Amino acid sequence: MLYGIVGYGVYFPVYRIKVEEIASVWHEDAGSIKKGLNITEKTVPAIDEDAATIAVEAARRAVSHAGIDAGEIGAVYCGSESHPYAVKPTSTVVATAIGAGNNVMAADLEFACKAGTAGMQIAMGLAKSGMIRYGLAVGSDTSQGRPGDALEYTASAGGGAYVIGGGKDEVIAEITHTLSFTSDTPDFWRREGASFPSHGGRFTGEPGYFKHIIGATKRLFEVTGMEASDFDYAVFHQPNGKFPINVAARLGFDMKKIENGLVTPMIGNTYSGSSMIGLAATLDIAKPGEKILVTSFGSGAGSDSFAIEVTENIEKNRGRSVKVRDLIEKRKIYVNYSTYLKNRSSIRKK
Amino acid sequence: MERSSANLWRKINSRYNLVGCKCQNCGTLYFPSRVVCRKCGRDSKITEAKFSGNGVISSYTNIRVPPDSFKDEAPYTIAIVKLDEGPSVEGHVVESGGEVKIGSRVRAVFRKMYVEGDEGLIYYHYKFELV
Repeated sequence: MLYGIVGYGVYFPVYRIKVEEIASVWHEDAGSIKKGLNITEKTVPAIDEDAATIAVEAARRAVSHAGIDAGEIGAVYCGSESHPYAVKPTSTVVATAIGAGNNVMAADLEFACKAGTAGMQIAMGLAKSGMIRYGLAVGSDTSQGRPGDALEYTASAGGGAYVIGGGKDEVIAEITHTLSFTSDTPDFWRREGASFPSHGGRFTGEPGYFKHIIGATKRLFEVTGMEASDFDYAVFHQPNGKFPINVAARLGFDMKKIENGLVTPMIGNTYSGSSMIGLAATLDIAKPGEKILVTSFGSGAGSDSFAIEVTENIEKNRGRSVKVRDLIEKRKIYVNYSTYLKNRSSIRKK
Repeated sequence: MERSSANLWRKINSRYNLVGCKCQNCGTLYFPSRVVCRKCGRDSKITEAKFSGNGVISSYTNIRVPPDSFKDEAPYTIAIVKLDEGPSVEGHVVESGGEVKIGSRVRAVFRKMYVEGDEGLIYYHYKFELV
């Protein structure tokens, strides 16, 4: 019996803001920021979008791509660090909006940028144990960046959703192994009630992102006996366009293996959606038999690593997927900085 | 706009998923849902019916002077959408960019309709986007 991905869907808003527009407000050099972060623009939520609406759109696409009856979904887990309510789950909104019915396990997850992949692991465990037929894992965010902070150039909006289940005729990509690497690391945080996150600046790099991604990926190599050359593609969390290229090189992956899944330079860091959208962009072009490594990262801190093998079934569902690259290019509406602040609800009227 | 948990809760199915009804006696579809079929009266056999959300704009208007609840969204477009299954519904057209025409095809999307300040409920609702 195979267990893994039965369907996937992504969503991000049509609004974009360019690095130049943000840099002009703060009198910073757009050229050096674009080069330093390897990013040109990022998505901006519409005034009527939040992490729940993004999760619903991605989840509906995932269910449609899987071609299953949403009533057979037995668990819904929504990962985000921008859940619209502090108390009242996003997952119940999503479960209802996809028509999953009432007989469903549901919970919201929060683990900075990796809460979505944590949901995939939970859904995988439940499906493999036989407790559910299908589980839905969603990672979505309208991430926050304090005006004037470096994060403002990257923190964007978007989400990815995966239907996880079992069956040799249904699984389009088998998750052959998954594990995590976790430690208590104060690299990035947002206290209850605070509008914007704080971070440790350069401390977020080595002790945060690199230690955990390398730790999880190396452990996956040890446990499975695989190495970088065994994988056709790799996807790493993408807080900017530079870190994933750096970590890929340190782990022995060349640029060709990560370029398809590297979407942050065009859409920004979608936080909980980041590695899930990168994986979707890779699945969009992957062929049966090809192997994909995915390692997410969430501050605080931890990484989830997945060894994935694409099956013959992926070709059957191709026509039902909305491709990530098409979504990136299909329609863009550029906004200025003041519209960006208004859409982010950062302009207080009282 | 309602300010009641019960009122919001009752309408969730229709607002999230365009769930209306069908009279099994004559086959007529309705949105929003009705208790009695207009054609069949006492012979009505009403059951739930979910609409696809796909349709065509039959009329629209661009709102520039909105009610207070939608002030931050103006200008925006409100349209009458004839759903593929038959009934017509009213809805916002998101990111219309002045490109709405009578006859434009649309699909339903999931958006926020109204937010009760900083501490109240968030009302999610179908809206439409151009296909």
